Amino acid sequence: MMPDLGKYADTVLSAYAASIVLLVALVALSLWRGRRVRADLRAIEARMRRDG
Amino acid sequence: MIALLLRDLRLALRAGGGFGLGLAFFLIVTVMVPFSVGPQSALLSSIAPGVLWLGALLACLLSLDRLLALDWEDGSLDLLATAPLPLEGVVSVKALAHWITTGLPLVLAAPVLGVLLNLPAQGFLWIVVSLALGTPALSVIGTFGAALTVGLKRGGLLLSLLVMPLYVPTLIFGAEVARRGAQGMDAITPMLMLAGISAGAIALLPFASAAVLRVNLR
Amino acid sequence: MSLWEYANPKKFLATSERVLPAFWALSGLCLVVGLVWGFFFTPDDFRQGSTVKIIYLHVPSALMAINAWLMMLVASLIWLVRRHHVSALAARAAAPVGVAMTLIALVTGAIWGQPMWGTWWAWDPRLTSFLILFLFYLGYIALWAAIDNPDTAADLTSVLCLVGSVFALLSRYAVNFWNQGLHQGASLSLDKEKNVADVFYQPLLVCIAGFVLLFVALVLYRTGTEIRARRMRALIARERAGAA
Repeated sequence: MMPDLGKYADTVLSAYAASIVLLVALVALSLWRGRRVRADLRAIEARMRRDG
Repeated sequence: MIALLLRDLRLALRAGGGFGLGLAFFLIVTVMVPFSVGPQSALLSSIAPGVLWLGALLACLLSLDRLLALDWEDGSLDLLATAPLPLEGVVSVKALAHWITTGLPLVLAAPVLGVLLNLPAQGFLWIVVSLALGTPALSVIGTFGAALTVGLKRGGLLLSLLVMPLYVPTLIFGAEVARRGAQGMDAITPMLMLAGISAGAIALLPFASAAVLRVNLR
Repeated sequence: MSLWEYANPKKFLATSERVLPAFWALSGLCLVVGLVWGFFFTPDDFRQGSTVKIIYLHVPSALMAINAWLMMLVASLIWLVRRHHVSALAARAAAPVGVAMTLIALVTGAIWGQPMWGTWWAWDPRLTSFLILFLFYLGYIALWAAIDNPDTAADLTSVLCLVGSVFALLSRYAVNFWNQGLHQGASLSLDKEKNVADVFYQPLLVCIAGFVLLFVALVLYRTGTEIRARRMRALIARERAGAA
C-alpha cells in the first residue's frame, strides 16, 4: 500500500503533513467562525423579533 | 502651496521633532551595526551601503506617523481639505516637507556615517546619489501609508507593517546602486530603475494618498 | 436598514448556500483523487527521487496564492467603482485563504528545498517574491482589522490592494534584478512545469482543480460569514440605539 519513498520519506511525508494540517486548519477555522456567527445572528434576530 | 510648505517646515523646525530625531536615529543605527556584527573593517566596508540604506529607510519610517497625525489631531487637516488647494496638492506638499526635513538631512549625513562604516572611497558619491534619488520615493510612499492610518489611535506599528512591503523595490534598487558603486561596478541600470520608481511614485501616489485621506476625513 | 441595503447580500447568501455543498464536495473529491493519485500511483523522478510528489501541493498552492491576490484586486476594483458591499467583503474573506496558500507554498518549498538544494531557504527571486507577497497579505489583513467603520475599512483596504499590486509587481522585477546582481548563474528555479512528464502532469491538474474549487468554496463560505457578521453588528447597533 505505502509507496517506497526511499531516502526522502521524511521530506515528502512532512511536506504532506504540513500542508494538510494548514488546509484543515484553514477550513476548520472558517467553518468554526461561520457557525458561531450564524448562531449569534440567529439569536439576535430572534431577540429582535420578540422585543419588536 | 508655498505658504503651506513654509508652515510645515517652520513647524518641524520649531517642534524639533522630525528634523533632529530622524538624523539621530540614523546615527544610532549606524553606530549600533559594528557592535552587532563585529569591528572587522573588511566586513563593514562590504555591508556599508546596505546598512546606510536600511538606516535611512528606518529613519524615514520613524518620522512618518507625525507626518499627518499632528494636523489630524488639531483639525487643521479638515481645514486644508476644504481649502481651495486640491488635496492632492496638500499631500504632495506634505511629502515634500517630509523629504526636506527628513530625507535631505539623511542624504547629507550618509557620507559622514559612511566613514564610520569604512565605506570604500568610490562609494561615497554613489551613496549620496542613490539616497538623493531614492528618499523622495520613500517620502511619497510613506505619505500614502500615513494617509491610510491617520485616523487610527495606535497606527504607528500598523503603518510600518503597511509601508515596509511598499518600500521593497526602492530599497532593492537603491541599495544595489550604492553597492555596485562601492564595488566599482556599473551602477547605471539600477540607478535608472530607482529614478523611474521615484518619478512614478511622485507622479501617481499623491492621487492615491489624497483619495485615502478623503475617505478618512469623511 | 432599508431593504435595498441587504437585498443583494441576501440574494448572495441564498445562491451561495445552494451551490456551496457542490463546491465542497467537488473540491474534496478532486483533492483526494489528485493527492492519492499523485502520492501512491506516480513514479519517482529519476533525479529528485520521491520528493517530486511535493509538486502536487506546492504548485497548486503557489498558483492560488497569486490568484487569491488577483481576485482581491478585482473585488476591490468592483467595490471602488460599483460600491457593491458583497464585493468588498469577498476581498476581505479571500485574504486569509491567500495567506494560508502562501504559507503552504513557502513551507512545502522549504521542505522540498532542503534535500534538493541543501538549504531550507535561498534568496532566489521566486522565493523572495513569495515572502514579499506574504507581507502584503499581512498588511492588508491588519488594515482590515484595525478600522472600525466597515465602509472606511473597505475603501482603504481597496486602495491599499491596488497600490500594493503595483508595488508587488515592481518588487517581482526588482527581486529578479537584485538576485542576478548577487549571484550569477544560480540555477535555483522552480519552473519545472514545462518539462513535467504526463505521469506527473495529469494528477497535478486534478490537484490544481481541487485547490481552485476549495478556494472558491472557502471564499463563498467566508463571504457569507462576513455578511452575517456585518448584519449582526448593524442589529446590535440598532438594539443599543433603541435601548438608549
